[in-house]
Amino acid sequence: MIGAEGASSSKKARISENPVSKNRPYFALVVDDDPMIRRIHSMILKSVGFKVEVAENGKEAVDLFRTGAKFHIVFIDMEMPVMDGIEATKAMRAMKVESKIVGVTSRNSETEREVFMQAGLDLCYTKPLTMAKIVPLLEELQKN
Amino acid sequence: MERNQQLRRQLASMRQSLFDQGHLDEQFILLEELQDDANPNFVEEVVTLHYRDSARLITTIERALEKSPLDFNKLDGYMHQFKGSSTSIGAKKVKAESTQFREYCEAGNGEGCMKTFQLLKRDYATLRRKLEAYFQQALPGA
Repeated sequence: MIGAEGASSSKKARISENPVSKNRPYFALVVDDDPMIRRIHSMILKSVGFKVEVAENGKEAVDLFRTGAKFHIVFIDMEMPVMDGIEATKAMRAMKVESKIVGVTSRNSETEREVFMQAGLDLCYTKPLTMAKIVPLLEELQKN
Repeated sequence: MERNQQLRRQLASMRQSLFDQGHLDEQFILLEELQDDANPNFVEEVVTLHYRDSARLITTIERALEKSPLDFNKLDGYMHQFKGSSTSIGAKKVKAESTQFREYCEAGNGEGCMKTFQLLKRDYATLRRKLEAYFQQALPGA
């Protein structure tokens, strides 16, 4: 029966097993114009040991890299005002940003997702992020 | 002590009923799992952010449904945003109704959109009322 047992025991088990929390911190950037998504995605990433910064749009993300900020991984929304995820990803790759860039979108259209991937993403996920999506990414960072 | 146990049981029952009645799904459990001592009101904060977005979108959709002819592209766009926000808090019924609404938009079925929207508003209001009661009950000293 879903929801019967509550969350605390599984939460503690997951965090203690997580490879990131045992090693040096990894830095993540969450780029989304929705404050709720920024909050949720930041919390998910922090729960597995990431240090997290946020940006409200693509321009803020690009400006962070221009000022010398470095991140192991960027989670970026596709649709944002000022500068969208596609343009921001192109700009970051043009600046030779080597961070893993993961698109996060609520759009289901294969064409739109393909355009986003072509901008320079490593991966594209459907919102919202979940542990099942994040843990393999962490493990890959650990290996590399 | 007995009163506290009674309150805890009541709270657990309120929470379980939200899942049993199909209002919430596992996304809500993820949010609960993220809540910790450093962020003791995380779930309520996220749900409050959702209310802010969703209330605005409901008003926008209502106004758009009053127009003639209906602009199905715009309606679909607004509902896409509403669905995204609902998905993020695990609002299962409302999410399903959002999907149905978007299907009616794609089919150009205005009557279907309006009927589905009425159902969606009803279930949204029910979920909001139940969650507000749940968080109120969960307050320390409540």
